Amino acid sequence: MAQPNPGQAKPITIAVLAMGGEGGGVLADWLVAMGEANDFIAQTTSVPGVAQRTGATIYYVELFAGAAARAANAQPVLALMPLPGEVDVVLASELMEAARAVQRGLVTPSRTALVMSTHRVYAMSEKTAMADGRADSSQLWSLALHGARQVVGFDMAEVAQQQGSVISAVLFGALAASGALPFARQAYEDTIRAGGIGVKASLAAFDAGYAMAQLPPQPPCTDVPAAAPQTPDKPSALPPHAQAWADRVWDAYPATARRTVWEGLRRLVDYQDVAYAESYLNQLDALRDALEPVLLEAVARHLALWMSYEDTPRVADLKLRQGRWARVRDEVQAQPAEVVEVYEYLHPRFEEICDTLPAPWATRIENSGWMRALLKRMTRSGRVLHTNSLHGFALLGVVAAMRRWRRQTRRYAREHAQMHQWLQRIRGLAAQHPALALEVANCQGLIKGYSDTHARGWTNFARIMQTLDDAPAPLQAAQLRGLREAALADDSGKALDQALSSLRAGSAGGRHMLA
Amino acid sequence: MAERSFAQEVTKLRLGEGEVFAGEGILAVTKALLESGVAYVAGYQGAPISHLMDVLADAQDILQSYGVHFENSASEATAAATLAASVNYPLRGVATFKSTVGTNVASDALANLASGGVTGGALVVVGEDYGEGSSIMQERTHAFAMKSQMWLLDPRPNLPSIVRAVKMGFELSEASHTPVMLQLRIRACHVHGQFVASDNRASPFTLQQALEQPQRDTSRIVLPPASFVHEQEKINERWPAAVEFIKAHQLNETLGPDTGDVGILVQGGNCNTLLRVLHTLGLADAFGRSDVPVYVMNVTYPMVDDEVLAFCQNKRAVLLVEEGQPNFIEQNLHTVLRRAGCATAVHGKDMLPAAGEYTATQIMAGVQKFLQAQQVTPPQTYVPPPPVANPAMQLVQARPPGFCTGCPERPLFAAMKLVQRELGEHHVSADIGCHLFSILPPFHIGNTTMGYGLGTAGASALNVPAGKRAISVMGDGGFWHNGLTSGIAHAVFNRSDNLTIVVDNSYTSATGGQDIPSSVATNPTRSTGHAIAQAVKGVGVRWVRTVKRTYDVSGLRDMLREALTTPEAGPKVLIAQSECMLNKQRRERPAQRARLQQGRRVVRERFGVDAETCTGDHSCIRLSGCPSLTVKPNPDPLRSDPVAHVINSCVGCGMCGEVSHAAVLCPSFYRTRIVQNPSWPERGWFAVRRALLGAVQAMWAKRRARWAF
Repeated sequence: MAQPNPGQAKPITIAVLAMGGEGGGVLADWLVAMGEANDFIAQTTSVPGVAQRTGATIYYVELFAGAAARAANAQPVLALMPLPGEVDVVLASELMEAARAVQRGLVTPSRTALVMSTHRVYAMSEKTAMADGRADSSQLWSLALHGARQVVGFDMAEVAQQQGSVISAVLFGALAASGALPFARQAYEDTIRAGGIGVKASLAAFDAGYAMAQLPPQPPCTDVPAAAPQTPDKPSALPPHAQAWADRVWDAYPATARRTVWEGLRRLVDYQDVAYAESYLNQLDALRDALEPVLLEAVARHLALWMSYEDTPRVADLKLRQGRWARVRDEVQAQPAEVVEVYEYLHPRFEEICDTLPAPWATRIENSGWMRALLKRMTRSGRVLHTNSLHGFALLGVVAAMRRWRRQTRRYAREHAQMHQWLQRIRGLAAQHPALALEVANCQGLIKGYSDTHARGWTNFARIMQTLDDAPAPLQAAQLRGLREAALADDSGKALDQALSSLRAGSAGGRHMLA
Repeated sequence: MAERSFAQEVTKLRLGEGEVFAGEGILAVTKALLESGVAYVAGYQGAPISHLMDVLADAQDILQSYGVHFENSASEATAAATLAASVNYPLRGVATFKSTVGTNVASDALANLASGGVTGGALVVVGEDYGEGSSIMQERTHAFAMKSQMWLLDPRPNLPSIVRAVKMGFELSEASHTPVMLQLRIRACHVHGQFVASDNRASPFTLQQALEQPQRDTSRIVLPPASFVHEQEKINERWPAAVEFIKAHQLNETLGPDTGDVGILVQGGNCNTLLRVLHTLGLADAFGRSDVPVYVMNVTYPMVDDEVLAFCQNKRAVLLVEEGQPNFIEQNLHTVLRRAGCATAVHGKDMLPAAGEYTATQIMAGVQKFLQAQQVTPPQTYVPPPPVANPAMQLVQARPPGFCTGCPERPLFAAMKLVQRELGEHHVSADIGCHLFSILPPFHIGNTTMGYGLGTAGASALNVPAGKRAISVMGDGGFWHNGLTSGIAHAVFNRSDNLTIVVDNSYTSATGGQDIPSSVATNPTRSTGHAIAQAVKGVGVRWVRTVKRTYDVSGLRDMLREALTTPEAGPKVLIAQSECMLNKQRRERPAQRARLQQGRRVVRERFGVDAETCTGDHSCIRLSGCPSLTVKPNPDPLRSDPVAHVINSCVGCGMCGEVSHAAVLCPSFYRTRIVQNPSWPERGWFAVRRALLGAVQAMWAKRRARWAF
């Protein structure tokens, strides 16, 4: 029926994926302004709605050559939404948004230039997880990398911050460098100038983005801290006590456990003193030959974490460390001449105060009506402490100094008794059920945080250990892992309740339920 | 004061004959109103038509010079009722709102208006919030047009077409004595394009004249027997007049050749997508010159029987691209063709999805199916990109909107979460507004939402003696829209015992920060400063509490506890008052920048987290969800769970600290108070402290260094 049309002219199609408030609209407006200034007919649209309140949004731009329209003596019909596979340029302000563009079919290997920032702005579910809920950046990156004809990618948030500007200007610079649009660099810069707002910073960010885009795509920095070598070299030039430890660790411990044991020793010296670290190594020594290397490493890690449990003196100590204020100043981007006051939000409860006292004193206070009432009243609401005031510093200093008496406190006695039990359990299982013993060791990770969070973690840990102890036959390692994961699934304990009851139902029926 | 300033857009409203207007679709509508000699505009804000309202609010002097009266209506019902001025007088008027929600609210007035008919052109501009980006139930405005017999314009989504639709809309309304609806989809409202402007003009008849020389025609009032006459008039006079006008002015378009044995009918609003699909298949060029006959319905109701019959008559089959359901147009088309004895096959919802937005992908698939069935091979093929088979696709997570950084509503829901930990879960009747984000993670609060301002009404049945009370949430926008009567007065009258929380942030924030009666700022053209507490007491509530700073999480929690446990009978109203942070920042940031530039002292606050003491449980995030509160890798070599981290977009609202106090979370949060351009004494005392405390720290560090390695 139809003959191909003579008019072969096509619009240039551009999709911008951004989150509300990130300047995606500014970018779309720049594209339109640049187009219109360079004899293109430009159209942009978006569906922001409430998505402009931090949600993911798409802006869609079409540019049509004015000369082609004049030649045809007609106005082009421009579309208001992209047809998958028919998008020339995708600009993504963040890594997961780039992956979303691929998911939506906007990025195709035959056609699309993908200009993206590789930094992450975590989605809510990634942030609220009780452990680590982050998506694997390298996987998102590989998705983007293989989807496009051309990729320009680097951490634009960082570049923007360095230039004191916003990500849209960096993206614009990277787009200019990509050569994906038929405009010279000058046209981009003129557009920014004509915009008239924050021109200097925007141009600097544009320039930095342009320069970075000359390099090959930069994969996102992985979210996991660069793992130190699994088998580190033996440290040298150490003080005598540390030298002795290094000798012990490097002589007797499997290579894969050395780094963890070493970090544990460092932490415990910092946390308490040399004798405390020594006791850590002694406890490990006693277990060493009974545990497989993987299990030994896990025990070394979790024992160090448990022994350095977070108490009030520890928090005060860390808050007063040299270098913290420099770090704070750096984080809030304060200039040298600016005054930065730091305030802590502390809420020690009655229980924590008793815990920092020797057991007999704590018991006496708990049994004394008036002291209990007084302390409870004093601790009902939280306190804000001005750390770099003389008074606040002194107060925190006194609390930090209490670490000297840590060994006499009720908390110390309780924690170490529980640690002992836990180690006994591991030792008991290590020979026959090493995988299960490893899961028991990892369960220590449930105990973290402060106050209610700590209490909840401890309760979960205790329930799981109780289940382990009560089981008629040893549980499977996978079952215990299932319970641990359930404990981390929500903070109401519902998932753990469910997992425990289904486990019980399973064992009652003589079946092995995998949680 | 609206969220955006439209100072620049206002100048575009002044453009004269032959000048080129470049801008957003909805602003083109605004300009077209002025060019049409409109006498009054009324509306209720909401995406995607908020900008029409906002730009008019900023254009008072232009409105004055053309004698245009502009009102921010209390609700869509008010806006629609405002059109009553066009019943007796030759005044052109406009009501505008979001649809279908706004049309639902306006229905009563619209039905009355449509029954009696109009003298002056009455145009209802509806922003169709349908499909991607929509925040409301998915329905069609088409049904309202049909049931009240108002004509429905759905122009092609480019500025010249939209502007023509406005102008023709008034004329059509006057020619047929019927109010006309102009429907604009969300993308069309936001589309940037150009059109050649004409001069603005003032209404030849004025509102003053109407007031001073009132005219009456009781036959226009909806009361028997006139109401029965109206129905006959609609069918026998107004409808034929409308069809005649539409034909005479060629409001609908036919593209492509006159010949051809297949054709496509499309709603104007979807025309560009269809033409892009045809272009991709090589059946049209980039200028919309199609090889397939296309009938573009810029008027989707009423259907022009002669036109569609003529278009379909000599064709084997036609495809109707009709977005939304039910398929009203398709049914109508069948009736027209079959009654005329025309055998042309009609395809529509059998080849296109019955429900949901017609994206380019959907229309492409439908057209391909149709062409294949008709054995038409397009010159070019289109194969959608195959789904990417990469496990990483699973990692891409939805990113719904949420509370902004520093939003004063966040601490309210944190407090609700805390009080529910003590008193157990409660039934929560939610409302429309930013506060509805509470239903999303991390709060998960809210059971139902029954419409704007209907939060309290939505808990009406749950008004029996029980161990717990229902909680309703209502925004200040919804409160003034109808919640005061439909919710609060209703609860008083029916002796409810429930709690209503009114979120009083000084604006209708979700729609773009427009003023309302309880706004605090003085507005030169509106009366503000009417306290919600006064209104609530006025309708008879005795238990009224106001929290002046919502960031006080413990205070809010205690007050919520009291409201939920007090033995006092009757409805409880808790007014949670703090200014919308988006608007506050918009006002304060430039002022701060100016002060800094002048070298004056500026104090800003920001929160932070000590990575060394954070253990990575993220309880704080589960009680906040602030965009500025995120996670980063754990610096601890023994741990792997990421730690909480505050990024520089933090505005120091105070919520983080208050939550860690109220929920007894952890001591990792700290607040910083950063003084820029500090005074000399301030700087001196700071330096002294720094030196003193630094010396102590150095001493400690030295002691530690002896043992560290």
